[in-house]
Amino acid sequence: MALVEVKDLYKIFGTNPKRAIPLIQKGETKQQIKKKTGCTVAINGATFEIHKKETFVVMGLSGSGKSTFIRCLNRLIKPTSGQILIDGEDIVKMEPEKLRDLRRHKMSMVFQHFGLLPHRNVISNIEFGLELSGVDKAERRQKSMDALQLVGLDGFEFSMPNELSGGMKQRVGLARALANDPEILLMDEAFSALDPLIRSQMQDELLELQAKMHKTIVFITHDLDEALKIGDRIAILGPDGRVRQIGTPEVILSRPADDYVKEFVQTVDKTKVVTVGTIKRPSPFLTVPKDGPKSALHLMEKHGKSVAFVVDTDRILKGVVHIEDVAALKKQGGTDLCSIATQDFYTATPTTPIADLLSAALETKVPIAVIAEDYTFHGVVDREMIIAEMNDGIDEAAGPTVFSEVLEDDAADTNNK
Amino acid sequence: METIREIFDIGASFEAIIDWLREEAAWFFDFIAFVVEGLLDGVNWVFQFPPALLMILLFTLLAWKMASRGVAIFTVIGFSLILYMGYWSETMDTLSLVISAVFFALLIGIPLGIWASKSESAWRILHPVLDFMQTLPAFVYLIPAVLLFRLGPVPGVIATLIFSLPPVVRLTNLGIRQVPVEIIEACRAFGATSKQRLYKAELPVALPTIMAGVNQTIMLALSMVVISGMIGAGGLGNVVLKGITQLRIDMGFEGGISIVILAIFLDRVTQSLTHLGESKEGK
Repeated sequence: MALVEVKDLYKIFGTNPKRAIPLIQKGETKQQIKKKTGCTVAINGATFEIHKKETFVVMGLSGSGKSTFIRCLNRLIKPTSGQILIDGEDIVKMEPEKLRDLRRHKMSMVFQHFGLLPHRNVISNIEFGLELSGVDKAERRQKSMDALQLVGLDGFEFSMPNELSGGMKQRVGLARALANDPEILLMDEAFSALDPLIRSQMQDELLELQAKMHKTIVFITHDLDEALKIGDRIAILGPDGRVRQIGTPEVILSRPADDYVKEFVQTVDKTKVVTVGTIKRPSPFLTVPKDGPKSALHLMEKHGKSVAFVVDTDRILKGVVHIEDVAALKKQGGTDLCSIATQDFYTATPTTPIADLLSAALETKVPIAVIAEDYTFHGVVDREMIIAEMNDGIDEAAGPTVFSEVLEDDAADTNNK
Repeated sequence: METIREIFDIGASFEAIIDWLREEAAWFFDFIAFVVEGLLDGVNWVFQFPPALLMILLFTLLAWKMASRGVAIFTVIGFSLILYMGYWSETMDTLSLVISAVFFALLIGIPLGIWASKSESAWRILHPVLDFMQTLPAFVYLIPAVLLFRLGPVPGVIATLIFSLPPVVRLTNLGIRQVPVEIIEACRAFGATSKQRLYKAELPVALPTIMAGVNQTIMLALSMVVISGMIGAGGLGNVVLKGITQLRIDMGFEGGISIVILAIFLDRVTQSLTHLGESKEGK
């Protein structure tokens, strides 16, 4: 179910911003509009939904309007036009008191540079949100201590923010956001100010926390790797403030919607995200006891393969047979393929990232069988498929040169001299 | 040129305004004088009543607690020197004048600074007024002060408070404007009212800057209190003035030294307030 629905959202900075909207609809670029009206388009007609309990990552480079976008969600910035429905209520038109209530109870925010109060110690920083909504002292201390433990800051409750490292400061920021147990957690480049090692550690911890808490998280980042690691779904913003593509990490990597997204995802190590399930191909197989050596040979010849997988009537994988063994069996007059099937091949589940298969694929001659947890056979993955997937989207001009062309170039060079 | 000056004479207009105020708003100025005098007498009594040696001890403890041991040693030597030179009573008079004037200056200046930080148009009005107040020669304040409040310590306090007002307004404004955007956003994102935001975030975060303004205001007040000796405000200003008018170098020098000692003491003690925000909150 959609918890947050964003419909036709525009945010334009500048005086009298509404007059820029018709220009946008006419399809003029950000630069043209800036020249004509002096207004800056930050969000350009965004429409999408955020589901309950998902981690929704908004990713874009600087200037793509992602920070503006997250601030529209709790109305730190008021959108120029459009609707943002949270549980069916439009917050764009909400009364100040109601909005305050929403911010106090329903959503909280984690900031890039932490936004901690320097004059308060850790625990009273965490208490801040509860204090604002008038929760009594004993209860807010209790809730804050729980939040403090959740982020692993036990023992630091009376430290001052300037005594903490960046990672610990952000833990305080996270605990402050969790203390009032909000339904929606807004995280604005929450880990971008941390050094890479701490950042990756915080990402892991966020994933762990999310597995326990099941909040709806809206996470803003400019780092694609972070987006792919954390996000259940990702929205990619283009430099014009327009949403280019929304989808799961895998969909974004394997089926980029346009050239911008394609270029964007090119540098990513796809093998860590793309799973076996996406690239697997169905493979012809033999069913026992129906099929004997004769049909096995026929099948292999037909597909030009020297091996074939054998399954039973429930499609449960039994093993693989090699063409020499089948021929021998036929000569002996045997019929049971199971007797010659071997089990020394690799298997993978559909959710395995292909990075995990690289060494196995390099070494084995038999394709890797894709099986579910109950050993049912789903198809195969081989070296060629993995390389083809990794190669997809890479510029061909950067590739190697055919030897004949190398020789030609050499000859031409000598002639020129 | 002459005719224009006859039609609109700036100096004469100012005089007319002051005259009008003296006639029509006398009750108002009498009330102010009453309040200022009350506070001044009270403060003065607190400083004059206890024996000098006890006061020196208290000042020393204060310096030690607020600043450092070095400042405490300076305080004990400096104030003993003042006592030895025989200007104890005058020094305490001056201190009471400074404290009274600064009290009113902060009472007016901090809210003005907060207002200026919140409202762009308020700041646009206050900015040139503060510039005007700071560049106008200090002596000029004495004239209307005397006309409206007659001679004595009260016009001294009034002139001093006006003269020393700008820094605290400026730095309060600056301090609040310099509160990091993310802290403001955090307040809003967690549902703070504007009052909660001011008291729980903006003022505490701006406190070191505001305190720097308080320090500046105190130092300006001290310099003005000396000048207002010319209108009979009393204290060390009188001593220095006597030194000048009677060409008594010894008196002028001793009065000057006393002022310097008091100035250093006030500066060091109030400068430590600047680090207030960085100290630990004992909660």
